[in-house]
Amino acid sequence: MGSFICKRSFQSLISLIVLVMLVFFLARLTGSPADLYLPQDASAAVRHDFNEQMGFNDPLYVQFVGFMVGLLHLDMGQSLQFSRPALDVVLQAFPTTLMLAAVTMPLVLLISIVTGSLAAYKPGGIFDRLASFISLLGAATPNFWVAIVGVLVFAVTLRLLPTSGTGTPLHWVLPVAVLTLRPTGVLVQVVRTSMMTALSAAYIKTARAKGVSSRAIVFVHALRNGLLPVITVASDQAAGIVNGAVIVETVFGFPGIGKLMIDSVLLRDFTVIQAAVLVTALAVFVINILVDITYALVDPRIRYN
Amino acid sequence: MHSSTPASGITEMAPPLIVPVKSSGRGAARNALWLLWQDKSAFVSAILLALVLGAAIIGPWLLADQARAVNLMARNAAPFSLSKGWLFFLGADALGRSLLARIIVASQNTIVIAGSAVLLSMHVGGVLGLIAGYKEGWIGAILLRMADAIMSFPSMLLAVIVLFVFSPGIENVIFVLAVSRIPIFLRTVRAEVLEIKERMFVTAARAMGAKTERVLFRHIAPMVMPTVINLAALEVAFVMLVESGLSFLGIGIQPPEVTWGLMVADGRNYLGSAWWLSFWPGVAIMMVTIALNLLSNWLRLVTDPVERWRFQTVAGAK
Repeated sequence: MGSFICKRSFQSLISLIVLVMLVFFLARLTGSPADLYLPQDASAAVRHDFNEQMGFNDPLYVQFVGFMVGLLHLDMGQSLQFSRPALDVVLQAFPTTLMLAAVTMPLVLLISIVTGSLAAYKPGGIFDRLASFISLLGAATPNFWVAIVGVLVFAVTLRLLPTSGTGTPLHWVLPVAVLTLRPTGVLVQVVRTSMMTALSAAYIKTARAKGVSSRAIVFVHALRNGLLPVITVASDQAAGIVNGAVIVETVFGFPGIGKLMIDSVLLRDFTVIQAAVLVTALAVFVINILVDITYALVDPRIRYN
Repeated sequence: MHSSTPASGITEMAPPLIVPVKSSGRGAARNALWLLWQDKSAFVSAILLALVLGAAIIGPWLLADQARAVNLMARNAAPFSLSKGWLFFLGADALGRSLLARIIVASQNTIVIAGSAVLLSMHVGGVLGLIAGYKEGWIGAILLRMADAIMSFPSMLLAVIVLFVFSPGIENVIFVLAVSRIPIFLRTVRAEVLEIKERMFVTAARAMGAKTERVLFRHIAPMVMPTVINLAALEVAFVMLVESGLSFLGIGIQPPEVTWGLMVADGRNYLGSAWWLSFWPGVAIMMVTIALNLLSNWLRLVTDPVERWRFQTVAGAK
């Protein structure tokens, strides 16, 4: 197990370096920050000084080496828009997104596993048809559109929920609901298919013959075997949740990492973009490794040696 | 013999219980249509998609003027009223432009972007997947690592950065979306190839002296095709959602070009007074996505020999 984690971490490290290089050079192609941060009529000398101070006059490779060396000290440079260390800015925004994901993911898993299992218990039944239709609807609806319609219905018309911002738990209801929708829609279908396979196995017949209650058959005997494909798809949805978070945070004015990243790209705040990309990618990699470990826990046949 | 048994009449009334697997030409097309008719939701989806495709092709040519015509009398006209003509049935925007006409015109960009992005990623990803699966070793390893790097990162953020660098024209949006979806095709095709290449007919082809390209494209590729086409249908739906999301954030397609996602974004400012501006384009996106999902479900059943057999016997017995 230990060596497996080492190997996976090493692979992730390579992917991470490729990603960081890509973002570093792409971000610098967006144009000069001096155009944005200095007054329009700033003289050439002022521009030169600004670039000199920020290190933008050095050749790109020098900037890159400087960035990598800084990275080793966990120093990602100063943010231009906030005049604070970029990493601090990112780490301040990160918990909001993490919280959003941490509330959403268990909700997604709970709803989809229960619904999918019940739907698979009687394929073609009324509950199955209803679940299939609603999950399809959830997977097919653009989340920004749901967000807008949700604001219209619950905030503007019914005045039950606030339109944007954070603060009270009520502020979290709409964003979490919107974020839950698509992954749940996808997962219900996966759970249903894999549970239908699991429920047709011979050991289920045995359990039934023994007189095990149908609830125990579905949620104890079949679920454990039906869970593997679900974990795979769920881990894919983890990256998807970050995608969704970008939109949800923008619509609802959440000070999370997605909104920060969009703002930083628009403001050419290179250091923040790099730090945000790095932190997000790191989080996704950690989730992927955790998922691999979960595999081994759920399925005793899987050993990482 | 021909005069005594009107063969066509019989087949129409009682479809054959087991349709010949290997049929060609008109028979195959009719067979496919019959299979489609058996799955009502897939049938409706196919009709809807055909309508949207038709709208995308001839819509802008027919309705471009109506979609642009500013009509101050119809500013924010409410939907479900035929008093201003059928074009205003879905309402009008803040400039009094017919919403229905705009949705039809916007379908072209929406379909073109999603379609070409998926075609591009399907071909590039497919070929790379064939190579990665057939040639394990360092080529395969590098391809796989690159795919991992792209996949592990939220595509939306990558698209934001890339589109900000290279102005968000239609070609660039297509390019970004295609690149972000290549890994899916690469991995899927690779996984299939890994299994197929161990089969007897591949060994036979190699033993007969077939070159690598011939083995890959002539013998292995056709076996992978059903999976790829099925995946492509789902991917079109997904790419449409991502594209509309990008447009919504203001980094996708820029006005005066228009897509459904952009229309939803534009309508956001009039949410309190004219909900229909955002609502209808969203419904359009949703309906096409659902139709693609249902059709892909049907495709999966029909292209799987075991499932198709079950499908045909059950449907035929009815």
